[in-house]
Amino acid sequence: MALRDIKARIDSTKKTMQITKAMEMVSAAKLNRAEQNAKSFGPYVDKIQEVVGSIASGSNAKHSMLLTRPVKKTGYFVVTADRGLAGAYNSNVLRHVYRTIQQRHKSPDEYALIVIGKVGVNFFKSRKMSILDSITGVADQPSFAEIKAIASKAVSLYADGTFDELYMYYNHFVSAIQSDLTEKKLLPLTDIAETKSKSSYEYEPSEDEILEVLLPQYAESLIYGALLDAKAAEHASRMTAMRNATDNANELIGQLTLSYNRERQAAITQEITEIVGGVAALE
Amino acid sequence: MKTIQVSVVTPDGPVFEGNAKMVSAKAKSGELGVLPGHIPLVAPLTISAVRVHDVDGKTQYVAVSGGFIEVRPEKVTILAEAAEVAGDIEVDRARAAKERAEKRLAGNKQDNVDATRAEFALKRAINRIDIAAKR
Repeated sequence: MALRDIKARIDSTKKTMQITKAMEMVSAAKLNRAEQNAKSFGPYVDKIQEVVGSIASGSNAKHSMLLTRPVKKTGYFVVTADRGLAGAYNSNVLRHVYRTIQQRHKSPDEYALIVIGKVGVNFFKSRKMSILDSITGVADQPSFAEIKAIASKAVSLYADGTFDELYMYYNHFVSAIQSDLTEKKLLPLTDIAETKSKSSYEYEPSEDEILEVLLPQYAESLIYGALLDAKAAEHASRMTAMRNATDNANELIGQLTLSYNRERQAAITQEITEIVGGVAALE
Repeated sequence: MKTIQVSVVTPDGPVFEGNAKMVSAKAKSGELGVLPGHIPLVAPLTISAVRVHDVDGKTQYVAVSGGFIEVRPEKVTILAEAAEVAGDIEVDRARAAKERAEKRLAGNKQDNVDATRAEFALKRAINRIDIAAKR
């Protein structure tokens, strides 16, 4: 390679590195905020869980959202990002969901998809799988109001019998370098009875009427919680991906600089040889 | 004087924390006043104002979009999907939301789901405007 070409490549790699480094730092800041959001959400979901648990375990209240019914159609709630450049973040979830659907269902009538994020929407569209509802352009720090519509739609689709169970797929944030793909059965709410609660309450007006209000609110809050979790995982995996890219760029620049110097030295040596050769020919 | 701890929590974080000598709220079954030492109780709320009467005799208003109230002898927790302290309400935004909802209600009569949603949005907006006026 000519000297000039190597120089050009070094320059362009340096520019790329600047960008990846900036993106890494931005993601790190966003991750911080996302973790805070998840923390401020904690008290809400804990409380609601406690109350739901005490009603569901302490009584024989029967609500359609608590009861398992024969499954004719399964709902899948998939959380992805709007953009790529986040390592295996999106493909992990999508590949798993795709495979699960292929295994469990024979015809498209047996499942329904609800998707968050542009990447997921495009993925299923390109495979000609119909999407029941989707939302894109969710903010990096989503507020509850933003996803309220899709969450309550998912819950009401279960309530009106469009599907008989609802699974949720997202990346659970573990640490800055690790996130785990999570499959969670959201509806019916079967795991509530296990949560033991310490207090027993009076119900005004009645348990059933409270469950009517409480359970949808609880299910929606679970969806929101999963989204916050997934957002944290997204920022973390984007940060990691960008850090790797920066490291790779650094390494590449090192190699290129080495070959640049070699090439330059070779050119100088050749020039000297030519001069010496010329002088020798004159003598 | 005996007081009771009050907290209003939404998915986006706590909105209000404080002590009060009485809390009144509008439950689906009617007005509800809670004094310190109340028996444990759970009740769903309507879109309304929660009034927190604090120790110096002042009353704070918190707008809630439904949700429910959980009462324990020493603590009241209100869990709502959205809530705002009167002082934090942006009246302009509430007015805009009200107009939007009214337009939507006037626009489509046939679609039931949208109409119900718009109706709730309208109720919430009116509630917020009313409460903002009380601060």
